[in-house]
Amino acid sequence: MPSSETPPEPFAPEVAARRAAMALAGSATRAELEDALRRAGLPAEAEDLRAPETGLVMARGRIGGDGRAFNLGEATVTRAAVRLPGGETGFAYHLGRDRPRARLAAILDAHWQNPERRAAIEAALAALAERRQREDEARARRVAATRVSFFTLARGDA
Amino acid sequence: MYVAAKGGEAAIDNAHRLLAEMRRGDPAVPDLSVAQIREQMRLLVDRVMTEGSLHDPDLAALALKQARGDVVEAVFLVRAYRTTLPRFGASEPVETGAMTVSRRVSATFKDLPGGQVLGPTFDYTHRLIDFALAAGELPEPAAETEPGPDAGHCPRVTDILGEAGLLEPSPPEAGAPVGDLTREPVDYPADRAVRLQALARGDEGFVLALGYSTQRGYGRTHPFVGEIRYGEVELEMVPEELGFPVPLGRVPMTECQMLNQFRGSGAAPPQFTRGYGLVFGQCERKAMAMALVDRALRAAELGEAVSAPAQDQEFVLAHCDSLQATGFVEHLKLPHYVDFQAELELVRRLRAAHEAAISSAGEPVREAAE
Repeated sequence: MPSSETPPEPFAPEVAARRAAMALAGSATRAELEDALRRAGLPAEAEDLRAPETGLVMARGRIGGDGRAFNLGEATVTRAAVRLPGGETGFAYHLGRDRPRARLAAILDAHWQNPERRAAIEAALAALAERRQREDEARARRVAATRVSFFTLARGDA
Repeated sequence: MYVAAKGGEAAIDNAHRLLAEMRRGDPAVPDLSVAQIREQMRLLVDRVMTEGSLHDPDLAALALKQARGDVVEAVFLVRAYRTTLPRFGASEPVETGAMTVSRRVSATFKDLPGGQVLGPTFDYTHRLIDFALAAGELPEPAAETEPGPDAGHCPRVTDILGEAGLLEPSPPEAGAPVGDLTREPVDYPADRAVRLQALARGDEGFVLALGYSTQRGYGRTHPFVGEIRYGEVELEMVPEELGFPVPLGRVPMTECQMLNQFRGSGAAPPQFTRGYGLVFGQCERKAMAMALVDRALRAAELGEAVSAPAQDQEFVLAHCDSLQATGFVEHLKLPHYVDFQAELELVRRLRAAHEAAISSAGEPVREAAE
């Protein structure tokens, strides 16, 4: 059970940063990932540790939202695992069935493992982060406009 | 009984060709793209994903196109597809409290952190046919407002009320294996996790009717909608080779927290009990019905009489799956020539015996069939 003070980020900084990069790559299109590799000046070649493959992940919920886990239903997920000539390995697990996209994300993840290339990858992913933030903010503004503001009618018997 | 029957191959091939042509409809009308179905028939896609028990909007849209819009047939296609894929594992349980909400309403609490957010809803529309849509008019852009300071923080209503002890807590995580009805047949009595899995993939019409039946008195639960929320949650999984949760992407879900009448015992003071619904996409009606039936199925656990269909686990779980139901109903139209031949023989013999009895006794004999 978590202690009363849950830390804001439960992962080591390295893992947290990698997760963030993975999430961005996961939200990108195939073309955007190709573009990110190009802008980071990195080749899109790598050896397949495991050929990209589509499978299922059982999505779980919790009873009552915060209780015991239950199986809600599956989701299609495509995974890829690659190794660079320098030995770095990269992985990707994405919703959906786009194998080339997962492979590109795995290559990005592999390059990200190398501290010398990390900054270039992060810079190339920045455009994706901005797009995602713009979209999220635009949606938040549209949703906010549907929030109810209540007012009480005066009842004269004050 | 089935027997191998030869013949009909050419007719079957041609029937499928005819089906393909009919599916396309008038060739003068543009072909419907999968992307159009995914974007513009979104709630139908959500329903196929929920009942197909597979999140994949493009696949659900394609299944709908192939099935000519027949939901149960599309569910069949999606379920068949999933059997061709390996299972990589299970996700971490989604954190619905951290959902990026597009809609969040409570029928029980007016003022709550994060507010009442209507989002995209049919509620409060006049249900008048909009002929402007037929004319292909584009909608006016959605209104925008700067989100309030608490907009990003929408605690579940049950978390707020639960703190005061007025609400029963969720069943605690004990780390036990999570039952999966796609792997093991359902054993009765089924635990609540398996019941929720079955209800989530159950036919919306059937679950809706059962939920409605509890409101009409067949297993009353006195429900209130504590909260409905729709939005995106991050799905994460811990792959063995990585050892930390990897974000797979965002999945839209609808969650319904139903609050029901009190229960107390000698040991515990009265408190609201709960029913829970969770589905893929914006299947709001389904999430509500699921929460009603989830609560009804807890009758025995809560010391209530089990007398109504919605409270009967076996009745509900064995009949809520549209694919199983359609399989057994629709198999009746397949050839039963030998079965029926045997029945014909039997009825002829009985009729002959009946006639013989009448002619010998001069009057009808009761229960001639026995």
